[in-house]
Amino acid sequence: MKISTNWLADYISLEGLTPQEIAEKMTSGGIEIDAVEAMDKGVSGVVVGYVKEKTKHPDADKLNVCKVDVGAGEDLQIVCGAANVDAGQHVPVATVGAKLPGGLAIKRAKLRGVESQGMICSARELGLNDKLLPKELQEGILVLPKLELGRPIVDVLDLGAHVLELDLTPNRSDALSYLGVAYEIGALTGRPVKLPESAVFGAADKTADRLSVRIDAREACAHYSARYIRGVQVAPSPLWLQNRLMAAGIRPINNIVDVTNYVMLEYGQPLHAFDADRVAGGSIVVRFAREGEELETLDGQLRKLQPHMLVIADGERAIGLAGVMGGANSEVDGDTTNVILESAKFDGSVVRRTSRQLGLRSEASLRFEKEVDPARVIPALDRAASLIAKLGSGLVTDGIAEDVARTYEPVVIEVSLERISGYLGADISKLEAQAIFGRLGFDSEVGDGSLRVQVPTRRGDISRDVDLIEEIARLYGYDNIKATPIVGETTPGSLTAPQAVRRELRRRLSDAGLHEVISYSFTAPERAGLFPDLAQDAKPIRLAMPMSEERSVLRTSLLPQLLETAAYNRNRKNHDLALFEIGTVFHTDEETLTRLPQEKHRFALLLTGASRSAAWNRKAEKADFYDAKGVLETIFAALGLSGSVSYEAAAPSGLHPGRTAAVKLDGERGAETIGYVGQLHPELQLELGLDDVFVAELELGALYDAADRSIVYRTLPRYPAADRDIAVTVDETVPAAALAAAVREAAGELLESVRVFDVYTGEKLGAGRKSVALALVYRHAERTLTDEEVAAAHAAAVAALEQSFSAELRK
Amino acid sequence: MKERLEALQAEALQELQGVAGPQELGELRIKYLGKKGALTEILRGMGALSAEERPAVGEVANRVRGAIEAVIEEKAAVYRRAETELRLRSETIDVTLPGSALPTGAVHPLNKVAQEIEDIFIGLGYTIAEGPEVETDYYNFEALNLPKDHPARDMQDSFYITDEILMRTQTSPVQIRAMKAMNGKSPLKVICPGKVYRRDDDDATHSFQFNQVEGLVVGKGIRMSDLKGTLLQFVQEMFGKQARIRLRPSFFPFTEPSAEVDVTCSQCGGSGCRMCKQTGWLEILGCGMVHPKVLEAGGYDPEEVTGFAFGMGIERIALLKYGIDDIRHFYAGDLRFLSQFERM
Repeated sequence: MKISTNWLADYISLEGLTPQEIAEKMTSGGIEIDAVEAMDKGVSGVVVGYVKEKTKHPDADKLNVCKVDVGAGEDLQIVCGAANVDAGQHVPVATVGAKLPGGLAIKRAKLRGVESQGMICSARELGLNDKLLPKELQEGILVLPKLELGRPIVDVLDLGAHVLELDLTPNRSDALSYLGVAYEIGALTGRPVKLPESAVFGAADKTADRLSVRIDAREACAHYSARYIRGVQVAPSPLWLQNRLMAAGIRPINNIVDVTNYVMLEYGQPLHAFDADRVAGGSIVVRFAREGEELETLDGQLRKLQPHMLVIADGERAIGLAGVMGGANSEVDGDTTNVILESAKFDGSVVRRTSRQLGLRSEASLRFEKEVDPARVIPALDRAASLIAKLGSGLVTDGIAEDVARTYEPVVIEVSLERISGYLGADISKLEAQAIFGRLGFDSEVGDGSLRVQVPTRRGDISRDVDLIEEIARLYGYDNIKATPIVGETTPGSLTAPQAVRRELRRRLSDAGLHEVISYSFTAPERAGLFPDLAQDAKPIRLAMPMSEERSVLRTSLLPQLLETAAYNRNRKNHDLALFEIGTVFHTDEETLTRLPQEKHRFALLLTGASRSAAWNRKAEKADFYDAKGVLETIFAALGLSGSVSYEAAAPSGLHPGRTAAVKLDGERGAETIGYVGQLHPELQLELGLDDVFVAELELGALYDAADRSIVYRTLPRYPAADRDIAVTVDETVPAAALAAAVREAAGELLESVRVFDVYTGEKLGAGRKSVALALVYRHAERTLTDEEVAAAHAAAVAALEQSFSAELRK
Repeated sequence: MKERLEALQAEALQELQGVAGPQELGELRIKYLGKKGALTEILRGMGALSAEERPAVGEVANRVRGAIEAVIEEKAAVYRRAETELRLRSETIDVTLPGSALPTGAVHPLNKVAQEIEDIFIGLGYTIAEGPEVETDYYNFEALNLPKDHPARDMQDSFYITDEILMRTQTSPVQIRAMKAMNGKSPLKVICPGKVYRRDDDDATHSFQFNQVEGLVVGKGIRMSDLKGTLLQFVQEMFGKQARIRLRPSFFPFTEPSAEVDVTCSQCGGSGCRMCKQTGWLEILGCGMVHPKVLEAGGYDPEEVTGFAFGMGIERIALLKYGIDDIRHFYAGDLRFLSQFERM
């Protein structure tokens, strides 16, 4: 909403307030002013002139030499290039010394050898928004009506004011009008609001003889009223009216339509004028559209209507789309002599649905959608009728034709002073509260420690005590409310166990050289399906209206996005990546959601390129499977789960079948797979154009429950350990973990630890064989072990390997 | 015997004068002082001496041994020093070559900021509540006082999945869930961080996916002045002790009264600069007193308890804090971006 200060001053005194002060007051009161602009944009020295003569420039085809009278005695000679300039026109003339927007100064000049004492201006050159002007005036100079010569153009076009641009929050639709803004400034300054003149001096003949109105759709229209104005002369509006509409961004059309728009801006009540002679039978009905009904709206579009859309109809057909736009079939034009003027309250949601569905928004629909003030239907009607009668020399017939389906009473709210002060944490006295309501124009009665406040219908946003408290707060000033600490019971702040786990992972992994990423939760359907085992056969969840097919389904695993990130980096020559993400995946078994999907927290990892880059003193080390697995082991160690996790060769789709492990966590029902670690399948790798990529994805939910954060201290060993190694050759397919497990089993309680320290394959061992070396540590907590005890345990371990794996001891 | 000892000393000292290196020094030590050396050889004759003579000869023998040892020690020390000198010289390296640094990674900047915010509020006695990213229309809108035909509920603006289920457009539904979980008990102090989704074309300042942190306090006698006090404390911990706040009346369906909160510009300190568009203030969050209808939806009696709520965009704070020029960087995962957040 754009408000010009000179127009606003019709309704409230702005004396002693600069436009900037008004803007600051309104902003601190809750209506933000986005911009304050001087309407003249720095124009000075431009006056009304009269083109007495036009002759061709002797040396330039496109230029004319004009003799212009600016009321200063001597005529000016001005060279003008506009195609539409002509003798007999009144035009804006920038005289020598004049300033135009942007600080451009007009000087005496010679154009192709002919002297020019100034410039005839176009609307754009004067800083006006010429989009609202007819096309011929956009392309050429601005042609004015007959005016006193020499008058400053700033006066003529009402440019001596400022425009305030309001950024209204959805609740303050009451300020979509000059009166609404005046009431707001009244509340902020304590000044009274002056209502516009709206006395209707009419003809003796009765409206009822010419017009009847009826609401059929009574739930969709609370009040419909109309007046009849006969004998009007349709003509362009006077300049002051055009100026004001243009300042508000509305195109002037004719004196009838312009008045309806003018009064809409004044009251916030949209109005519509019909050509009375094109309304069949002089009867108006407000009803829902019929099945298959059509209407050509004023913008020339043929609209197919639906039965939920409200129309204004005469005896035969629809003549307007209620609250949205009038119909072409009843449009006021140059031949119109009798006018029916409509003012009504249509239901906001009905108008909104219609306007949305047709993609047709208007100044009227914008206001109806937000519910107009029922108390202004008749005053706005009368105001417009009196203005039309005045400007169009018409006569308003006696009486209003109306139908009322619903009446509105002002809301009365009781609020206690204790509640106000307790809610805000500010001591507001009874007098103060009453004064604030008084400034708002709300009547209030003081009771015992409380106020009964009557809220006028123009403030439809106020319906309960807290709404009144907000009015008090914003007018008392948010700045005047102190900052206090919360009193009362204290609460301990903390992280939940899952939050603590996620933070620990982030900290450890970033410390270890990994970078965290956050990906989009939406992905492409084909990418969502890359890892069915990680998606756990969940059905894809599709957005009803995606922004693009690329981002149309919810992710069911994290890896596809992480691969996308790797490709993005590869394209930017970032080849060495160690990335992780902690995020949510969405799983459902429903084709169409009827309940919320399962949201699972997942951890994902991606390594590619060098795990350690080359330097002057070392070669680069390429990331491999064991780097990825090592990250998981680090995580599990941090969570106290090293002993509960095992790895088993696995071949989930999308990963390299020889280089992937299922990660299993011991639980009540045995070891359960909680994720995978492995190398990306070579085919997929090729498709994505990546180097070797090692990835992992884990279910975090399982870890939250199992994580053991307790640290239990054990006394340091007091007796020495005995270290023994075993090196065996076994079949290549024997997992190292199985050898270690067998050793642990066979060596018994004396074995403190076993660790693989070397694995070797080579021709010497023969095809299909490998050598595995294990380091064993034996210890007794309470005494030094004897050589015999160690030898016996160790022999058992060796024997177990020989028996279970046909292991050959290497000497 | 005395004479022989004295002669040995003289001979030894003479020979040690001309010693050529550490190896020869060792050989001389063995020659004179070793188990089979010259001194031992002479002392073997001690047995033939009388008991009166022995102490005197023993004394001479000790003196001779001491004198020879002292010279050997002295020479040995010189050789050791030279050897150390040599070693140090040969082991000298170029200390200006780069060291082998430990690998460094980084927590994502959005999580860094979120954790910082979380920690401030944990210190103020808040817990962290989380909720689903896919929400019901009821929790996301209706319970928050956005009735069915509210313009903010347009299909165009939200990612609906079905008519009743959508991607949450704000973290506020978590507030309702957190209130319900209290079963009417108070006080409740939570913050709710998380991802939210709005149907918006991506550009340098807009992203269809972004993060919010909201806070909620419900209890007996919670006042708007407490909201102001809480926010002031928060911004001073987040942006420094000199930070000030300004509340401007605004509108949110779920709070009444509502306010937008500006904080003094972190770049210029309030004097006006390009970042704050010369106003000296940066808009960083929205807040207000919890609307009675929202308290009711959360299972509270609005006559019994009151509450305040506030919310902010984590991206916005991160953009301001680090001076990042494009919001899309947060989601692209470019290593050159991520690695800029490795500092503490």
